[in-house]
Amino acid sequence: MADLEEFRGEIRAWLEANCPPEMRTRPRSEDDACWGGRKWTFSSDAQRQWLEVMAERGWTVPDWPKDYGGGGLSPAESKILREELRAIGARQPLYSFGISMLGPALLKYGTEEQKCRFLPEIARGEIRWCQGYSEPGAGSDLAGLQTKCEDRGDHWLVNGQKVWTSYADQADWIFCLVRTSTESKQGGISFLLFDMDSPGVSTKPILLISGYSPFCETFFDDVKVPKDQVVGEVNRGWDVAKYLLQHEREMISGMGLGGGGSALLGKQLGQIEDPFLRAEVAAFDIDALAFTAMSEHFMDQLKAGEAHPAMPSMMKYSGTELNKRRHELVMAAGGSDTLEWESERTRGGKPAREWLRTKANSIEGGTSEIQLGIVAKHILRLPGA
Amino acid sequence: MTLLTDDQRQLQDMARTFLAEEGTIKKQLRHWRGTGCKDGFGHGLWKQFAELGLTGVVIPEDQGGLGLGATEAALVLKEIGRNLTPSPFLTTAVAAAKALEGTAQGERWFPGILAGETVAALAIDEGKHHAPEAVALEARRQGNGFVLNGAKQFVVHGASADLILVAARTAGGVGEREGLTLFAVERGAHSLEVENVNLADSSKAARLAFNDVAVDADAVVGEVDDGWTPLSRALAAGRAGSAAELVGVAAGASDMTVDYLKARRQFGRLIGEFQVLQHRAAHLHSEVEIARAAAWKAAELLDRDAPQAELMVHVAKAKATRSAQLAVQEGVQMHGGIGMTDEHDIGLYMKREAVLGQLWGDWRYHARQVAELSGY
Ligand SMILES: Cc1cc2nc3c(=O)[nH]c(=O)nc-3n(C[C@H](O)[C@H](O)[C@H](O)COP(=O)(O)OP(=O)(O)OC[C@H]3O[C@@H](n4cnc5c(N)ncnc54)[C@H](O)[C@@H]3O)c2cc1C
Repeated sequence: MADLEEFRGEIRAWLEANCPPEMRTRPRSEDDACWGGRKWTFSSDAQRQWLEVMAERGWTVPDWPKDYGGGGLSPAESKILREELRAIGARQPLYSFGISMLGPALLKYGTEEQKCRFLPEIARGEIRWCQGYSEPGAGSDLAGLQTKCEDRGDHWLVNGQKVWTSYADQADWIFCLVRTSTESKQGGISFLLFDMDSPGVSTKPILLISGYSPFCETFFDDVKVPKDQVVGEVNRGWDVAKYLLQHEREMISGMGLGGGGSALLGKQLGQIEDPFLRAEVAAFDIDALAFTAMSEHFMDQLKAGEAHPAMPSMMKYSGTELNKRRHELVMAAGGSDTLEWESERTRGGKPAREWLRTKANSIEGGTSEIQLGIVAKHILRLPGA
Repeated sequence: MTLLTDDQRQLQDMARTFLAEEGTIKKQLRHWRGTGCKDGFGHGLWKQFAELGLTGVVIPEDQGGLGLGATEAALVLKEIGRNLTPSPFLTTAVAAAKALEGTAQGERWFPGILAGETVAALAIDEGKHHAPEAVALEARRQGNGFVLNGAKQFVVHGASADLILVAARTAGGVGEREGLTLFAVERGAHSLEVENVNLADSSKAARLAFNDVAVDADAVVGEVDDGWTPLSRALAAGRAGSAAELVGVAAGASDMTVDYLKARRQFGRLIGEFQVLQHRAAHLHSEVEIARAAAWKAAELLDRDAPQAELMVHVAKAKATRSAQLAVQEGVQMHGGIGMTDEHDIGLYMKREAVLGQLWGDWRYHARQVAELSGY
């Protein structure tokens, strides 16, 4: 205990000295958040510096082993680091699918060579990854995917199409579900990694209702992939895919609510004249604070290895539905000001665009309906679920 | 909510076994309801709580208690909620014990509470909605003591209580926290009228009329005019505790319902195979888990004396109430006709929620406190 308190003191002092003041806020926009990668241009020196000092200590991924670029911290130590970061309002130094999705899957299923090769560059933010799961014919029913991957002796040959691939046009590499066998649905899927610069890969951005286009259609036309870039066994990729989804859902569950108690919506909105709105906001804040307590508890359970494997689905469902409600209330509180789509007053229609963006939360990473189905089947053990 | 310690897990297991064996709906709630007992709970069971040390769960160790906190009380209350066990545990061992903490009246009453011989009640509200500041019941100085005049309602276990902690006004105006004084009034006090009221869930609450009830100066709990201090201690513990009990009610109703979905057949299948019911059950499960985390977080903050404890207690009581409401409403609906019968237990959960949900503030009261504490 005394050691932990000492550790807290050290962290606090180090953060005080090393976290640039500009990084002690939540990112103001998608560009203001640092995503890293070969194509990344830092939006400020502070952004670059914050990533560098954190990566140097392995604290972009505090609980990964040091050998793979992590901080090697124990669960208790990582928790202290999280708390201290939150206390000064520090943002994440790096937003990354590599960290939140691929990393955990590689740590569990990757070979030693794969871990040594891919994890450190994820930790340092050098390679940006995208997720090639969904296809036009395979959304909720993901295992119905058709992207073809043939064994050509010294390489794999990939042909097919993915869709809704977030940031595919900005990513360096893709982790991709492909069909290596048609003999069984789940049992014919493999988990493949490849460079987005490989010949035959192309992307086409799709415009969202928010007016942003963060995701793409992704096409594979005779893409050659080296043989050692399959994670886990060939035809056993579904296990890897599902494990990764648990981590994705964990990440999405916390989106938008970060900051815990300080994130009270009513506090952010200030005095609310309309008694009906005030009541709705208070009801929301109760649910949000209760959910925050649940998130903390879930994190503790996870780190202690006591979390039910379907818990991320419950968290994802509740967290995303809550975030949508939050933005409905922000719109209501802002009245007709929030309808402006381009004005400087609204920093380019930020409230409306963000409100629209949250509608995807209960779709991406598996819809709310799919999460409820998972809870019904794996936690409640209801028949035929 | 951090994870439970080994000691807490042990206490939880002990409470769970004890109440699952002795505190069942059949042995306690239905039994006492059937006998028309005026207390609505069994004194034998209250003695058993004492033998296990539970009546002293929050009483300091140097005064003979276990010296534990809101978290341990919550662990017991959750099991009480799950079994709908009628007992004076929440009012006596949690709320009143906290009010008495560190006071001379505590020395007087703790031995009886520890022995399972004393039942205590809190007399706060005077109207049909909870409003602890809106005390009009007047305590006038007279000679060496005070004379009390006024009325109270929703005094849970009031007619069974050996000790009633009465919030009275010694100064200030109705609606103010200042000028309240908490008095320890003993059973049978002269010119105290007690009407024992049977509530929807078969628990008892009293309406009290004070017509020149005289008490000594040493009946004051804490300081004159500073009754808010012991009162708010009792309310915080009582609300956190009722949140935990509501979580137990919610979990009990929800589990009973999920079991029914796996047993009842219609259209040639188990009704739990219908996706519409699966999704509603999964939503309910999430809400109950979240309420549990909120209740535990509130207890943990109270135990650490953390500044956010007050806010979180309001959140916990409101969230636990809402989740329990969802659980009992979905519970009755998903049971169909049988759920409407007195013979089936699911309806008992609905009635218990209704009472606990209003005790020491319904969820709207707590929502208002959240808004006010947060400055909006
Ligand atoms: C912003 C955004 C970013 C995304 N990023 C990525 C990405 O980076 N990589 C990637 O691979 N994918 C990504 N996706 C895709 C996402 O995972 C899919 O959209 C999602 O899984 C749903 O699939 P679908 O769109 O085909 O909808 P469908 O599966 O066609 O669903 C349509 C509706 O039917 C319901 N439904 C379907 N099946 C059932 C069932 N069994 N029971 C009850 N209801 C059902 C759904 O809940 C939904 O309401 C992203 C999506 C969005 C919106």
